[in-house]
Amino acid sequence: MADTATARHARTAPRASARARDDGRTKPGFLREVRASMPALAWWVVCLCLAVAFLYPLFVMLSMALKGPVEQAQIPPTVFPHAPTLDNFTRLSSVQGLNVFGNLLNSVMVTLAATVLTVVVATLAGYALARARFPGSNIVFFAILATFMIPFQAIITPLFMVLKTLGLNNSLVGLTIVYVTFNLPFGLFIMRNSFAAVPGTLEEAALVDGCGILRALRHIMLPIVMPGVITTALLTFFASWNEFFAALILLTDQDKFTLPVTLTLVTSGQFGTVNWGALEAGVALTVLPCVVIYVLLQRYYVSGMLNGALK
Amino acid sequence: MTAIVEEASGSRGAPGTPGAPLTAARRGMRVGRRRALVGLAMASPAIVLIVAFFVVPLVMTFWISLHNWPLLGRHRFIGLDNYVRAVADPGFRTAMKFTLVYTVVITPVLFLIGLGMALLVRRKVRAARVFQSIYFMPVCIGLASGSFLWLYLGQSRIGPLFDLLRRAGVVPADGNIFAGTWGALLMVVGMVTWKVVGLQMLLLLSGLQSIPDEVTEAARIDGASRWQGFRYITLPLLRPTLALVLVFSVAGSLLAFDQFFIMTNGGPANSTITAVYAIYRTSFISFKLGYGAALSVFLMVVLAVVSAVQMLLLRNTDHG
Repeated sequence: MADTATARHARTAPRASARARDDGRTKPGFLREVRASMPALAWWVVCLCLAVAFLYPLFVMLSMALKGPVEQAQIPPTVFPHAPTLDNFTRLSSVQGLNVFGNLLNSVMVTLAATVLTVVVATLAGYALARARFPGSNIVFFAILATFMIPFQAIITPLFMVLKTLGLNNSLVGLTIVYVTFNLPFGLFIMRNSFAAVPGTLEEAALVDGCGILRALRHIMLPIVMPGVITTALLTFFASWNEFFAALILLTDQDKFTLPVTLTLVTSGQFGTVNWGALEAGVALTVLPCVVIYVLLQRYYVSGMLNGALK
Repeated sequence: MTAIVEEASGSRGAPGTPGAPLTAARRGMRVGRRRALVGLAMASPAIVLIVAFFVVPLVMTFWISLHNWPLLGRHRFIGLDNYVRAVADPGFRTAMKFTLVYTVVITPVLFLIGLGMALLVRRKVRAARVFQSIYFMPVCIGLASGSFLWLYLGQSRIGPLFDLLRRAGVVPADGNIFAGTWGALLMVVGMVTWKVVGLQMLLLLSGLQSIPDEVTEAARIDGASRWQGFRYITLPLLRPTLALVLVFSVAGSLLAFDQFFIMTNGGPANSTITAVYAIYRTSFISFKLGYGAALSVFLMVVLAVVSAVQMLLLRNTDHG
């Protein structure tokens, strides 16, 4: 860096460098230091302001979820809950005749099932497409990648009809299958690349030692591609947990709703009034697992986002 | 490489092989075929799922779109009538127009803020990493959750964001941000920016980091100003990332649904209905499945064309 600075000085007009030297001599050391630290200070100020702006909605969510009924209606709204209470959360079991906890359980089941199934299906297929090629395996890979191009929102009408034909409409099983299918391309892409990056000699050794393909996959390959598995699981988890559109269309019974869809019923409100405290408690229930998992496993999530995007 | 694997694994099956002794090559071939079969078997769940729940619906979309297809009752082949109707349908036109307006508004917002943030957090200090994680955090939150959250934030009188805007004199005390089309749109833009700009930042950051320091340093030595270096060195080298980021945000905005369904409910006066919202209403509220499918085909074509144009533009021009 110092080299760059001297080189630039050598090339610019002599007057400019003379002025720079003058500045150095006339300004007292303290002021010069203050001036030199200005960009760093400005950087900190801007970054901290942005951080506050990004965290503010989450703070408001928690604050509202913890407020009692009187404080919720206060105008102007208070910043901190003065008497924090968990009432809003306990009330979720009976809000407007809804059993939000039952819907929470639906969300958990669908998300976990979709995550496990996606990982299993993507791992098997990813291994096959990277290691155990079959005639047409390249075509299969590109066909599956092509599904990236067409969003499922555009084929939702016939998707609904296919599920109806199979008797899987208005069912959590049907929704799970839809989630698995539409998270598959991403997962498959990640798993295929993970397997392709493993040196072939490792697997050869296992096969020479008399391992079957499946055993070699389970005991030799799987531990090595674990980061890919975690990434696939995380991406599927977040996508399924947060999915709204398909759940809204494919589920019709209230007791089968997933959490995001249930919240629409809370906002539609009885007698024109919305229970905002209960709504924010419900939002907190959907948001907090994501934030916790993100904080714990952000390395895998972020690398998955980048890998998936920069294909 | 595969040949070696096949032969190596072939040799272990040899002692048990009945009949005439096989040559190493033929043995390899047999095991290779077995391996291919195992591979096919392992890929088959994925293939079945994709065919049943992606390929079949995709083909059906085109087929249904040629029919008058109510949810109950008989369907009837009507050729291209649904498409003719869609072109003339003022409701769908408004929806398409609004979707494009939303895309045109939000794409530069996301891009400029994302780029600014990427330049900001590019520093190699630990604090920069912490800030990166904070800015990226809303990306893991669902669009629906974010919409519910911001619906409350901007709610008249009781919403904290409404209160801030009221104190700043932006909205009147008895105002309602969601009552006007532009107010509602701006709230949605604010929410979506908050939720997804972290991803744009991250993609642009990884693009910036893939540009070697020597290149920008060389420009500096040659007397280029900071801005010149950015304009003539960094931006052109960043073009593949720019293309990706733009295609992402444009495709995402053309498919917008959750945020409008939850935050504006399509209102006021149906002015914030998006294309996907229109499809949802046609197919699942009015149960006109054939017409809904035709609208879907329209949307797919628009998506494909817009993405293709963007890729071409960003690949061919020399100065972006």
